[in-house]
Amino acid sequence: MNQLLRFTTAGSVDDGKSTLIGRLLYDSKSIFEDQLEAVQASSTKKGFDYIDLSMLTDGLKSEREQGITIDVAYRYFNTPKRKFIIADTPGHIQYTRNMVTGASTANLAIILIDARKGLVEQTYRHSFIASLLKIPHIIVCINKMDLVDYDQKVFEKIEEQYKAFSSKLEVHDIQFVPISALNGDNVVNRSKKMTWYGGATLLHILENVHIESDHNHIDARFPVQYVIRPQTKENPDFRGYAGRVGGGIFRAGDEVVILPSGFSSRIKEIRLGEEVVKEAFAPMSVTMTLEDEFDISRGDIIAKPGNQPEPKQDLEMMVCWMSQKPLNVSSKYVVKHTTKEVKGICKAIQYKLDISTLQRVPDASELQMNEIGKVQLRVSQPLFPDIYRRNRITGSVILVEEGTNETVGAGMIV
Amino acid sequence: MSSYYLSHLKELEAEAIYVIREVVAQFENPALLFSGGKDSIVLAYLSRKAFYPARIPFPLVHIDTGHNFPETMEYRDWLIQELGVRLIVGSVQESIDKGMAVEETGINASRNALQTVTLLDTIEKNKFDAAMGGARRDEEKARAKERFFSHRDEFGQWDPKNQRPELWNLFNGKKNMGEHFRVFPISNWTEMDVWQYIQMENIAIPKLYYAHDREVIERNGTLLSTSPYLKLKPEEKPAVKRVRFRTCGDMPITGAVESHADTIDKVISEVAASRKTERGTRADDKRGETAMEDRKKSGYF
Repeated sequence: MNQLLRFTTAGSVDDGKSTLIGRLLYDSKSIFEDQLEAVQASSTKKGFDYIDLSMLTDGLKSEREQGITIDVAYRYFNTPKRKFIIADTPGHIQYTRNMVTGASTANLAIILIDARKGLVEQTYRHSFIASLLKIPHIIVCINKMDLVDYDQKVFEKIEEQYKAFSSKLEVHDIQFVPISALNGDNVVNRSKKMTWYGGATLLHILENVHIESDHNHIDARFPVQYVIRPQTKENPDFRGYAGRVGGGIFRAGDEVVILPSGFSSRIKEIRLGEEVVKEAFAPMSVTMTLEDEFDISRGDIIAKPGNQPEPKQDLEMMVCWMSQKPLNVSSKYVVKHTTKEVKGICKAIQYKLDISTLQRVPDASELQMNEIGKVQLRVSQPLFPDIYRRNRITGSVILVEEGTNETVGAGMIV
Repeated sequence: MSSYYLSHLKELEAEAIYVIREVVAQFENPALLFSGGKDSIVLAYLSRKAFYPARIPFPLVHIDTGHNFPETMEYRDWLIQELGVRLIVGSVQESIDKGMAVEETGINASRNALQTVTLLDTIEKNKFDAAMGGARRDEEKARAKERFFSHRDEFGQWDPKNQRPELWNLFNGKKNMGEHFRVFPISNWTEMDVWQYIQMENIAIPKLYYAHDREVIERNGTLLSTSPYLKLKPEEKPAVKRVRFRTCGDMPITGAVESHADTIDKVISEVAASRKTERGTRADDKRGETAMEDRKKSGYF
């Protein structure tokens, strides 16, 4: 069975991120002739000696003009083992929000380091974001090895420096690969220039990394998304609860509790379309019917009596700020948590993080765009969240500014 | 012991159904843009699954250029019956007659770009606040930058450099009066995923997608079906060939490929072996490097 792996790529300007993706697509034969012809023509027009693979990913006019990636671009490729979704995110500081966006759904992050430059501020920032967003796996690609004569010492020094820094991160699976995206060394095919490297190629790791445990299959959570009531002649009384499982496993006959009401019942049936489903787990979308009739609506959470999330009106969370207008104490927002929407007010900013050193900066009065800090938020009605570290689906919120309707903050509950 | 992970197709299905349900929950008056092509067929099929045993709680909207394949129209009418859903037709001919759109002239004239006028007009007239479409990010480089919930200003325009960040599966569909959203539930699907899903779920699709005999001409390396809408150059000589279509747009701009794939299994092997993208057969995308981005910014699908 072919699995889906979502990964994100991060690097600074000119780390060769787009070239790496172009290389992965090209060497895994996921690029089509007409795409390649178009890129070839553009490369020739610009007077390049080689095909600029980055043009395969930089799709917008202004990106091509400036030769940089502006927005998250999604790319797809298949191998016989897996289907891959790449969120190709820009590395510029001002576009951190796009990186957080790409990272939020990823199983894995590829961090690119230029072998000539070693660890730079962006490396710390990206790694920290990957850790903060709980991406379970990181691959550090030390790129442009061709420009340092494929020198083992350069690779080992960077690996050592990264390991020293990453001991402060909460990522448990980190692997290092020396590559040249431009020439294809160790991307899909093993490098003949780096015989000293005994590890796997990048693609081999992508195909084999263990992702079965990336979802929470322990704490049963089913946020009700929509109530299905056909009200037709054939189904006058049908009442089904549609949603996507946020965690744990649900089976017909299971005793469940509905939050916030606290009513309990049993699952009568789980189905999707006409098909009856034996068990439902994250990230499945299903429709549940219960033995008893209650007033259940969007935003309610179905859980198990022995494992219920606690109601919370005061939330502590790490917030990544994404708006030009800073986050201030006393500012009000709409808070979206699973399928529930409430009002929220910022009660305190406990500290700001210096992302390069992971030092806490106390007494922060505001969070500016691309800053990350620990925030206390009071919400208008109790939510039933999990901590983000335990569950990325039920532990995350977004903050929306009223008036502009912009998504201004991403919050991870601690 | 059961294994608790999904195949890539089941995971993509779960994601799409979640997005479709989110649209119905967050918007007052959504619609599904239905072209009769395989992607919008899959979208209609997923919508049925999402709300079963209730009927699909939104209408299907067809922007009719008047240049459709007859097979597409036949299929559309059959599907509407099958789903028991309301159909709303926006007519490009009507937009032209009313003077809202001006027909292109010349040998390569197409009504493709005119659809935008009719589409925006239909959205406004019916007060749709969300229009779902079957666009996929793998189709074209500008589409690769598209969000699931894609905001459109009061002029229906897309601002690719200033899109809302989209985190986890928390979709922000908030908007001001007059604005609307385009929503793309199968954003993460590739052409191959769509075909494999059609095979897995045994979904009926128009006969055009399977190999059949058809009178065609060759223009700019593309095989085009003869039709009343296609003006022929004097040197173009129609010939009957065994072909099928990889996409189903308007007759004058949708290229056919020579093929003997007359079953879904054969189509899938052919798609797997193909070295050209499906839009490589679309004359509308060959009008310049950023043809799609330019059309999308002004409100195209």
